[in-house]
Amino acid sequence: MPEYAVPEYAVVHEKPRSFYSLYERKPELQHQTHYCPGCGHGIAHKLIARAIDELGIQDRTVMISPVGCSVFAYYYFDTGNVQVAHGRAPAVATAVKRSRPESIVLAYQGDGDLAAIGAAEIVHAANRGEPFTVIFINNGIYGMTGGQMAPTTLLGRKTTTTPFGRNAWNEGYPLRVCELLASLEAPVYIERVALGGNRQIMKAAGAVRRAIENQVKGLGFSLVEILSPCPTIWKMNPVEAQRLVLGEMTEAFPLGVFRDRTKSATVRPAAPPAPPLAEIPRILGLTEGCESTPSQPAGSSDWRIRVAGFGGQGVLMLGEILIEAGLEAGLDVSWLPSYGPEMRSGTSNCHVRLSSGPIDSPLVSRPNVLLALNEPSLRKFLPTVAPRGWVFYNGTQLPDGCERPDVQAVVRPFTEIADRVGDPRAANMTMLGALLGATGMLTEERVLTALRRKVSSGRWLEIDQRALDSGIEAVIKGVSHES
Amino acid sequence: MPKQLIKGNEAIVKGAILAGCRAFYGYPITPASEIAEAAALYMPQVGGVFLQAESEVAAINMLYGAASAGVRAMTGSSGPGMSLMQEGMSYLAGAELPCVIADIMRGGPGLGNIAPEQGDYNQVVKGGGHGNYRTLVLAPDSVQEMASLTELAFDLADEYRNPVVVLADGCIGQMMEPVEFPAAVAEPRIPHWAVTGTADSRGNLVTSIHLDPDELEAHIRHLETKYRRAERKEVRFESWRAEDAEVVLVGYGIVARVLKAAVEQAREEGLAVGLLRPITLYPFPSVELRRLSRRALAFVVVELSTGQMLDDVRLALEGRRPVDFYGRAGGNVPAAEEVLAFVRRICAREKRAREYMAHA
Ligand SMILES: Cc1ncc(C[n+]2csc(CCOP(=O)(O)OP(=O)(O)O)c2C)c(N)n1
Ligand code: SF4
Repeated sequence: MPEYAVPEYAVVHEKPRSFYSLYERKPELQHQTHYCPGCGHGIAHKLIARAIDELGIQDRTVMISPVGCSVFAYYYFDTGNVQVAHGRAPAVATAVKRSRPESIVLAYQGDGDLAAIGAAEIVHAANRGEPFTVIFINNGIYGMTGGQMAPTTLLGRKTTTTPFGRNAWNEGYPLRVCELLASLEAPVYIERVALGGNRQIMKAAGAVRRAIENQVKGLGFSLVEILSPCPTIWKMNPVEAQRLVLGEMTEAFPLGVFRDRTKSATVRPAAPPAPPLAEIPRILGLTEGCESTPSQPAGSSDWRIRVAGFGGQGVLMLGEILIEAGLEAGLDVSWLPSYGPEMRSGTSNCHVRLSSGPIDSPLVSRPNVLLALNEPSLRKFLPTVAPRGWVFYNGTQLPDGCERPDVQAVVRPFTEIADRVGDPRAANMTMLGALLGATGMLTEERVLTALRRKVSSGRWLEIDQRALDSGIEAVIKGVSHES
Repeated sequence: MPKQLIKGNEAIVKGAILAGCRAFYGYPITPASEIAEAAALYMPQVGGVFLQAESEVAAINMLYGAASAGVRAMTGSSGPGMSLMQEGMSYLAGAELPCVIADIMRGGPGLGNIAPEQGDYNQVVKGGGHGNYRTLVLAPDSVQEMASLTELAFDLADEYRNPVVVLADGCIGQMMEPVEFPAAVAEPRIPHWAVTGTADSRGNLVTSIHLDPDELEAHIRHLETKYRRAERKEVRFESWRAEDAEVVLVGYGIVARVLKAAVEQAREEGLAVGLLRPITLYPFPSVELRRLSRRALAFVVVELSTGQMLDDVRLALEGRRPVDFYGRAGGNVPAAEEVLAFVRRICAREKRAREYMAHA
């Protein structure tokens, strides 16, 4: 980086306490920063360090270093430091602040970092009103990578990637971050300041301090945009660079306060305190469930069930009742649904297994029980049913082409039966009743216990119970729709 | 604790909270969304943080922030979201930050579909981000393991200061099975290196930068040492009737469940077939595979992909035995019978080869 004479107006103060006295993380020249002479980053760092000193928050501060020329901010700030990926400082800062609400989190970002690659993160952090502070250095260029166009590069300006000058037709217009963010509801404080000479710097110092102080007070999102010289890439000496900030840049990016709700802003309500650890199992619902495994039913059983029908016929629910009751009965169980848009498109099915031994695969490719609540499901799954298996079909007779003399078919108008006892939507329960009646797979008490656990509405519980009973009756008495 | 019937995705969250996880940052995606939904329900009740991020890119960087601040944090996603998180995973590994990521795999490439697949193996197990790093990868095959391996994942993440992925598929995520949770609840602890905004932690720095080549090389060697240690200490697998097997099936996740059924059926037919189920995909049970190869004549890898773990099996066996592959993709899960038909052919081939050798 070229050497420049120190500009005569540079005021030499003693080092802020929030800077390390020696920059030991820096490989060499540990008494000076890595920034070029006249670089805005160096000045901005000082303003931040002073504000930290003044507010007495050095121990509480966590500095988030971006990717860009300020990537090594952690060389200098004697605070907690986290260096992050390009553009992601607002996401990282969000989680640091939420994890440690007492900390003072400063996200420091360049214009490529914040306004280009990290545009989504800054907008959403601002929109959530994350109560941290963003210091945004707008130098209209990519410094670190050697002078490519930034989203804030002025029109007409030549950069290494706009060799003919930035052209609005090709690259769009300089992005005005403060104006953009000020359209959001949540931010508390947004101001644009500049480093074009002492007066502007003094003003910038005040803005930086306010933005940090807001956080100390627990107010919401604060951002200060700092128009900042980059003499090296601009190929100017520091004085010329400051003049450009004062003139052309300030014209393109008007200075001022774009949002100030520091008076009306309220403090984000604190999260409820963490419960004692011993409470957590109850909160997670872990204390409910099947307490003791009852003695296993006599004999071995291995039910491989496929339940299928239209969405809304309670296909998945029927499967869930089966496994709940099966678990109570001391069986190993599994339930695997068809999921996602498939369910929305109108058909639904699930694989259910109840077994006296451990279940290997939860997939049921050769069911010994098919519960088909509609015709398409019957047609789809009937060919997969194992010989001597059970087929329950919701209808008055098996449709054409659905003959399987090697299976035991139970054909009943389950929807009509359900309608008669209260609601056609309880067809899944009449079919479940028929399954119990025909196969003795589970006792009715077990199923009722499962139902009571699963169904919270008293009215539905009654309907379901009646439906279950009439389903059992329908197979025992051979009730059909004529009766 | 009593047995509970819950979905795999929900079991992950409950296991995580019992393991002391107090932060979830994530972006919805089928078939992983129930993870975010369960976290949204429980995290605020246990004094934790739940936040729906604006993208997976943001979510993984939020994990970076939470981990930096010393909180056990996790996210859950699937294929497209995992792709977006790879840069962040590289940073997490580089900065030595622990966290847990659950990947409930769906069909790809591109938008693919939402049905179960195992096509994320390469990007997750080989490390899809840049640089010399690995992620530890655990592959549950049941709802019970969704809970218990998530708990283990947090311990491994802390021990190795590295991201750990729980790699499952749509089936395991969506299915319900009985789960028994441990009675113990881990107390959240703040590691000494965390940056927490306190006087004690003021000197702490989280970074992945090492400008000097020698320094970066030393850092990479340090990471490598951790991975070697994990390879020695953390390999986990389940061996199912593999000891006397002539043909060993290799599969993980839902596939392993299907393979167990296939093994049982094959044994009924008198075929000496067994199963090796890697529980850790990285570190991979290579030594066990080589040990089995002393007796086994052939290996059959089955995956819901066109053959990704297959490479690791081949590398492990170093050409000692033939490795055949049976894969389904696009969201199709093979039935046990389908795999068995393939395995019968392999058994017959091996028998012919043996007979030929005996005659020769
Ligand atoms: C994902 C990714 N893409 C690109 C880069 C390369 N890169 C590093 S810094 C930078 C631009 C920084 O510009 P700015 O944010 O304006 O900061 P300045 O250097 O000007 O202070 C870029 C593109 C990167 N580190 N990561
Ligand atoms: S290149 Fe520009 S932004 Fe980077 S240090 Fe030098 S002057 Fe500062």
